[in-house]
Amino acid sequence: MSTLTLAAELAYWQQTSIRAVVGLVAVLLPAGTLVYLFLFKMMSFMQSRLGPMEAGPYGSLQLLAEVGKFLQKEDIVPAKADRVVFKAAPFVVLVSTFLLVLVIPGGPDLMFIDVDTGIFLALAVSSISVIGILMAGWASASKYSLLGALRATGQLIAYELPLVLAVMGVVIQAGTLNMQGIVMAQAQGEIFGFGGIGSPFIITQFLGFAIFLVAVQAELTQPPFDMPVAESELVTGYLTEYSGMRFLMFFIGEFATAGIFSALAATLFLGGWYVPGLDPTDNLFNVIGPMVLMGKMILVAFLIFWFRFTYPRFREDQLQTLAWKVLIPLSLVNIVVTGVLKVVF
Amino acid sequence: MTATTDAQQLAYIAGQAADARVNVELETEGMTLNIGPQHPATHGTLRIIVRLDGERVIAAEPVMGYMHRGYEKLVEVRTYPQVTTLVNRIDWLGSFANEVPFILAAERLMEVEAPPRAQWIRTALFELSRIANVVLFLGDMGVQLGAITPVFFAFRDREFVLNQIEAVTGGRFHPNFDRIGGLKDDLPKGWIVETLGVLDRIRTFCDEMEDLVAGNEIFQARTRGIGVIPADVGLSYGMSGANIRASGVDWDLRRDSEMGLVHGELDWKVWTHPDGDSFARYWVRLQEVREACTIVEQCLEGIPSGPVMAKVPRIIKVPAGEAYVETENPLGIMGYYIVSKGELVPYRVKIRSASFNNVSITPWLLKGVYVPDVISILASLYFILGDIDR
Repeated sequence: MSTLTLAAELAYWQQTSIRAVVGLVAVLLPAGTLVYLFLFKMMSFMQSRLGPMEAGPYGSLQLLAEVGKFLQKEDIVPAKADRVVFKAAPFVVLVSTFLLVLVIPGGPDLMFIDVDTGIFLALAVSSISVIGILMAGWASASKYSLLGALRATGQLIAYELPLVLAVMGVVIQAGTLNMQGIVMAQAQGEIFGFGGIGSPFIITQFLGFAIFLVAVQAELTQPPFDMPVAESELVTGYLTEYSGMRFLMFFIGEFATAGIFSALAATLFLGGWYVPGLDPTDNLFNVIGPMVLMGKMILVAFLIFWFRFTYPRFREDQLQTLAWKVLIPLSLVNIVVTGVLKVVF
Repeated sequence: MTATTDAQQLAYIAGQAADARVNVELETEGMTLNIGPQHPATHGTLRIIVRLDGERVIAAEPVMGYMHRGYEKLVEVRTYPQVTTLVNRIDWLGSFANEVPFILAAERLMEVEAPPRAQWIRTALFELSRIANVVLFLGDMGVQLGAITPVFFAFRDREFVLNQIEAVTGGRFHPNFDRIGGLKDDLPKGWIVETLGVLDRIRTFCDEMEDLVAGNEIFQARTRGIGVIPADVGLSYGMSGANIRASGVDWDLRRDSEMGLVHGELDWKVWTHPDGDSFARYWVRLQEVREACTIVEQCLEGIPSGPVMAKVPRIIKVPAGEAYVETENPLGIMGYYIVSKGELVPYRVKIRSASFNNVSITPWLLKGVYVPDVISILASLYFILGDIDR
């Protein structure tokens, strides 16, 4: 096993740094560029336009162009802002985004960390972004930002619950919180004695998958749940006062979180890096696993962004009603049914 | 209808009293939020000062005049043919429609009448500019509620209408085509067939919007029962156009007054909706675009032959007198009151534009709603800033 060899030769901090650098450069940047381009093109075609065409062939370097543009801009801090908190807020949001990547496995041996409470960790760190958003809204000293941040907080807290409860069904069925274990359970599982395609949980946990996607949409503050940034009401909510590099960090955070939540959904419900018909312990998956995961992730991201570009937004009270009166009872029912069936079969 | 308003007022007072009690207990403070003059939702420079309690609006006050361009004064130093250039820019999305009432008023003073062919083409262009105007609203309402896709469809399909207007008049936005006594030119060759094709596109667009926006559950949840205007309140604020027809008032000047346009000879329907809420206003406009397509189609089929210009003197001097003509423009009723002293230029012109009255109801309408509904209500009232401030 490659990780074991590494462990024998290098100190822990060396391993960690190598993983971090390789992870950032080799995985996240190309993945980000690809997803970004795909989503931009998809969105443009839905809206009957071409999308980015100028930067690079077919607009493929658009992400670099935008990063370059934002880097040149002035980093403005409003006069009445709480400077330290204002400047720290984007980092808090980004940290939450990148901590999420840690637990997603890309192959049988490919993962940043292998913890037994993988999905628990992921859902826990995803809530850190709320603090960043609240910091941004409060420190901006702007009424629009404050309204946006408070909306975001109420919304993110409300939708943590269905998010967690939707995942519980998967956890019950897989019998583990470990992400790798969940993938393996799907790869080696059987549906009523038929094991030809494994047991991707989207089939048995379709309700969970649907609730998870809706809750993710709300966690990402995207339409139809984008009241916190509602550009036609609150200008851009908690982002209003940000410019240049710090705005870019929020912006990247938004897209990256969308991608990473898609990867999470792909791992939990679509079998992650596994392809039906092959031996899941095969070393082959260490090579093609990330690509398979990427494909599934783009599929989920397509769904998320499809909703995003089709629906208008809810009002705050309608959104809370949806969370507390529809999604949470449904996910509780889902857990009960899953638990009963787990005991019966 | 008075009962409704009284009940609303009582509920509002009760709500205020309850808020006051809560404020004493919790010592919460209201917040004044300044929406505009530069704000993404006002598509122009309308400013609304709202007093908020949490996200609920306690009081709202529109501040107008940021785009005042003094047209009524400028008109006084322009000859009658020059005025159309100016008034094009009042409601800039349906500019040809702005020229029509002015020209009709001047024609009435001069006692000339445009030849039949000119009247039919005028009606067709009048309705085309209505389509160009309202199509954008149908998409823009989505943007205001957070769905960004419909507006791209709207811009795409509006372009075909603008192309047709440009083919006749030479200007996409500012045609300056209407003349006292007729029109500047006749239609170009092949225009009628092309326009029929464009109308089909617009009908497809309306079907798309009915699916994508009006049929959307979230859209309905956001607009049904929101911003309800009872008919008598709407009328007392001087509202007109689709806004008042959405409150159940069956009043359309195209049908109810015969003013130099040929709507009376055509077969079409005035749409009303009993609800008076934001959804009703959207729905009525959607139907009106379809109805406008029918009108244009009938105009194109029925255009008589003949000249497009009546005999008028080369240098136009309007005889002394006063005339007021109003027409049913895309945004509502638009009228020009011309006072002439028999000179080259009008002595005084008063412009009655629809959006000014339509927006005046906001202090009454926005009390007690939530901030997101402020935007959806404003969007559904559909104002053009140039039409408010002139």
